[in-house]
Amino acid sequence: MKTTLETSNANLLEVRGLTKTFGTLKACDNIDLTIAKGEIHALLGENGAGKSTLVKMLFGTLEPNAGEIRWDGQPVRIANPHAARKLGIGMVFQHFSLFDALSAAENIALSLDDKTPISTIAAKAKALSYSYGLPLDPYSLVGDLSVGERQRIEIIRCLLQAPELIILDEPTAVLTPQEADKLFETLERLRSEGKSILYISHRLEEVKRMCDRATVLRHGKVVGHCDPRKETAASLARMMVGSEVQAVVRSPAEGSDRAAVLLQVKNLSRTPATPFSIPLRNVNLEVKAGEVIGVAGVAGNGQGEFFEAVSGEVRQAAAGTVRIRGKDAGNLSITGRRLLGAAFVPEERLGHGAAPRMKLSENLLLSRYATDRKAFLGAAGVIHDGAVASASQRIVQAMDVRKSGTDPEAASLSGGNLQKFIIGRELDRQPAVMVVNQPTWGVDAGAAARIRQSLIELARSGSAVLVISQDLDELFEISDAIAVMHNGEMSKPIPIAEATLEKIGLLMGGAEPGHVEHVAEPA
Amino acid sequence: MGMLEAILITIATAATPLLIAAVGELVVERSGVLNLGVEGMMVMGAVTGFGVALTTGSPWLGFLAATAVGALFSLLFAFLTLTLVTNQVATGLALTLLGLGLSGMIGESFVGLPGVKLGSIYIPFLTDLPLVGKLLFGQDPIFYLSLLLTGGVAYFLFRTRAGLTLRSVGDNHASAHALGINVILIRYLAVMFGGACAGLAGGYLSIVYTPQWVENMTAGRGWIALALVVFASWRPWRVLAGAYLFGAVTIGQLHAQALGIGVPSQLLSSLPYLATVIVLVLISGNRRLTMINTPASLGRPFVPDR
Repeated sequence: MKTTLETSNANLLEVRGLTKTFGTLKACDNIDLTIAKGEIHALLGENGAGKSTLVKMLFGTLEPNAGEIRWDGQPVRIANPHAARKLGIGMVFQHFSLFDALSAAENIALSLDDKTPISTIAAKAKALSYSYGLPLDPYSLVGDLSVGERQRIEIIRCLLQAPELIILDEPTAVLTPQEADKLFETLERLRSEGKSILYISHRLEEVKRMCDRATVLRHGKVVGHCDPRKETAASLARMMVGSEVQAVVRSPAEGSDRAAVLLQVKNLSRTPATPFSIPLRNVNLEVKAGEVIGVAGVAGNGQGEFFEAVSGEVRQAAAGTVRIRGKDAGNLSITGRRLLGAAFVPEERLGHGAAPRMKLSENLLLSRYATDRKAFLGAAGVIHDGAVASASQRIVQAMDVRKSGTDPEAASLSGGNLQKFIIGRELDRQPAVMVVNQPTWGVDAGAAARIRQSLIELARSGSAVLVISQDLDELFEISDAIAVMHNGEMSKPIPIAEATLEKIGLLMGGAEPGHVEHVAEPA
Repeated sequence: MGMLEAILITIATAATPLLIAAVGELVVERSGVLNLGVEGMMVMGAVTGFGVALTTGSPWLGFLAATAVGALFSLLFAFLTLTLVTNQVATGLALTLLGLGLSGMIGESFVGLPGVKLGSIYIPFLTDLPLVGKLLFGQDPIFYLSLLLTGGVAYFLFRTRAGLTLRSVGDNHASAHALGINVILIRYLAVMFGGACAGLAGGYLSIVYTPQWVENMTAGRGWIALALVVFASWRPWRVLAGAYLFGAVTIGQLHAQALGIGVPSQLLSSLPYLATVIVLVLISGNRRLTMINTPASLGRPFVPDR
């Protein structure tokens, strides 16, 4: 395959000067991209670099303002997804474009343009899914499925259209390492069948491992084409960010054996509140002053339920199940726990972490009016606007939050910048206990490094930090020990010196600790 | 014709307009749009149907006009909420108020005039069957149409690709858009179908149920139709059951008054809403059923990023 790359007629897709403007913002500015037949082509870039906009133009959900797309050498106009599918372009979306209330087969039927009966589609989908080793029950309701299974539906749906080019948008963000390996096998098989793949990811190791070529975007412009196998993760990151990404430095935790336990979860069990939630089964965990404990796990294995119980979003009947700085807190509200010196950053930024339509300063006040009452509120609860505004300003500067205007609405910030503000808002208090769920979900590399570094620094200054994350690289980077949640159960924390990707991955897949040599079927 | 048969037939006549309007609104809500203007569209259908039937002498032209006016009136709602992305709740309420006012003005000259009556069908032998003959084989054609409509909508929604597409738009409009489904077009069509049904239901009131024009003659039936859709948890055959249940309550209330049973009529007329609240409480207890049947995008505005 590689030898044909140079000749232009082997190119399946050629994009010249593609431009898309939203108002005054050039989301994509004069983009050039070529994808050869039978190659896996990586599209790299930080959040907001224009990857999604570019891909939407290729799939016909957005119309370019200027530029040319050539398919097999012929200029084409991709007016809508039907046209894209007709050409042979398939897409696996990042935020899955599935319908919860419909069955897998119905979901697949919706993206097929012919009127094949559902039963035929179901049979075809089932056969195809087994042939690729991605077993799928076509009659299962999507709302009941795990993220990994949902992604299978997306992939099978895409493959059923027999596409020549498959676009995958951040496909491994929600998978276990083993599930990701399965996906890579599938992609490599597709490549050997002569299909082309446009692979969007911010996981540079994957890109280095699988992709033949890479195109790097920054601020809507192409900043380079390269062969990722000849680059290092650091050099790729530098191309994406435009400057050196500060490597996260984890100084060894000192004297943590003797340090006081600041957060203790003891025999925490929860019955499922809804048919879709996971029960917690006798979870025990201790976080000492000065250390960062990571909690790994595939999405939907009880991490959300665990966070709710620890943060007080859902109170526990038994007060002793959650202890903060030696005091029973299981039956306290979030504010009660904050007053004990804890701070919480939930997974959902809009709605849980911040009120979308309120200003940053108002969001700051909402989370800290009780703990910083003297600073922020006067007699009879009158707000000290000046104090709130200056604290808000301080956080913005400390975390380098990029925003428009002095005090914009939370919803107007990009995901990464809002997350920096939310984390900064809690760090600004110097909490004794910090619990964070998915600290850098959808946050670009530069901002993620900053968030991770600040969590380590908080721990080293004497706080207990608990980080729940699906990003294993992140947990390995910042944790002193990693515990794994699977099906509502929590493993014992594995000290970082003993933790390997394989060991953690198997626990995530449900293997019993101690039996890791038996390779478990990924869930 | 026995007393019981007479009561059953009046129940069917009371239930038919509720059923037609509710099935129409069900399609609208399954596409993710909440149109609270059913009452307004119904009353516009009632006044137009009456007027056209009176002037032309043909009840069928009356029904046709009622249906067309309902659809046209809903087109206004669709344009406001789908193209201009106004608030659906406020726009729906405005549509109801507009319909009630406008119909009063249009119908001023019709007040007190006798309407054109639509005959019932007659099938020799079958209609003459004792007890069930008149009930099953001797009613007006729109009654049969309402049953066909219910079955047709059920078949369309759950057995056809187009119905699947409509449900997908109501479940997740962003996903539907990403797949290349024309969300706005489908919602326009659904809203207009709902409007046409509401108009026809209104025409039925002024041509069949009480063949005359009285201001505000829908008397809250549009609201009952809206409640019925929720009561039925967005399933067509349950709408049918609900419509007949509420039809029975309406008729039962009249007979109870005649017999001097001291149940306050206000209590009886509030029953549909009470029942809806109870059903909402019951179905919200089962998250899975709620998820399958409730259109998740209901009432949420959709603006494609272009």
